[in-house]
Amino acid sequence: MSNNQDFEEELASIHQLMQRSAKFISLSGMSGILAGLYALAGAAFAYFRFQYPESILEYRLYPVYDINSLKEVMLIALVVLIASLATGLWLTMGKAKRHGVSIWNETSRRLILNLSIPLVTGGIFIIICAWQGQVEIVAAACLIFYGLALVNASPNLYDEIRYLGYSEIALGILAQAFPGYSLLFWSLGFGVLHIVYGAAMFRKYDR
Amino acid sequence: MKNPFEHLDKVLEHRTRLQIISVLAANDAYDFTTLKELLDITDGNLATHLKHLEREKYIAVVKSFIDRKPNTRYKITEKGRTALSRHFNAMAELIRQQKR
Repeated sequence: MSNNQDFEEELASIHQLMQRSAKFISLSGMSGILAGLYALAGAAFAYFRFQYPESILEYRLYPVYDINSLKEVMLIALVVLIASLATGLWLTMGKAKRHGVSIWNETSRRLILNLSIPLVTGGIFIIICAWQGQVEIVAAACLIFYGLALVNASPNLYDEIRYLGYSEIALGILAQAFPGYSLLFWSLGFGVLHIVYGAAMFRKYDR
Repeated sequence: MKNPFEHLDKVLEHRTRLQIISVLAANDAYDFTTLKELLDITDGNLATHLKHLEREKYIAVVKSFIDRKPNTRYKITEKGRTALSRHFNAMAELIRQQKR
């Protein structure tokens, strides 16, 4: 390192390396798009099962209370969750392989820990609420805890994820303020936002 | 600072060692394999520079187990953090002097 130009370049590259070192860059944008599509499919299924022929924009005055319907809604949500996680894992493994890095590394371990704390807390909280019959809280709580998990894990992900987290939290609060539109807000949060952010990340990082 | 070159850290003047310690400064701890992938260098090369940094007490080794497999992780020490900060300041000072 003899001259000034070298020092400046060196500092810039070190700065970039420090930022990159905390991020798990193998997460695939396409998995966001597909998770969004699964969520929309699940929401559409629930809509035709329980709300049709009322319009999706119709304000529901009562939640789904009877136990069999509730079980069905939970099953739909579970299928969407498992399909999204499986697709995400599969596509992320593919991307990691292309980049020649391992999927199970320092940053992915930290990412999973940071995601799990709000998600597990929220999951237990939601199950207790549903158990006690407070079903009108579930959609909002899903969105809020998911949003908090994303904000918490955003230092280990692309910067855009922080804003996705904020958006999910805002939608969750709106969902609780207007519980009759729960399904609509849930579809926006888990469907539309995932597709929009997934597509943006796919364009920016995956191509 | 009359001669900022004097303030450059001899240990950190090597590019790989500066990279390693910078990554450790930005993270609580980092493991060997992830570090190797990030810097894109060979096992032997990385091990040599880690040993050097460890000898200078700029970094500390933390041994643990993940799924019963040994996992060696590295942390920056206070001494390492101070040295890095002085080194960065010296680099910044060199850039400033040149610009004047």
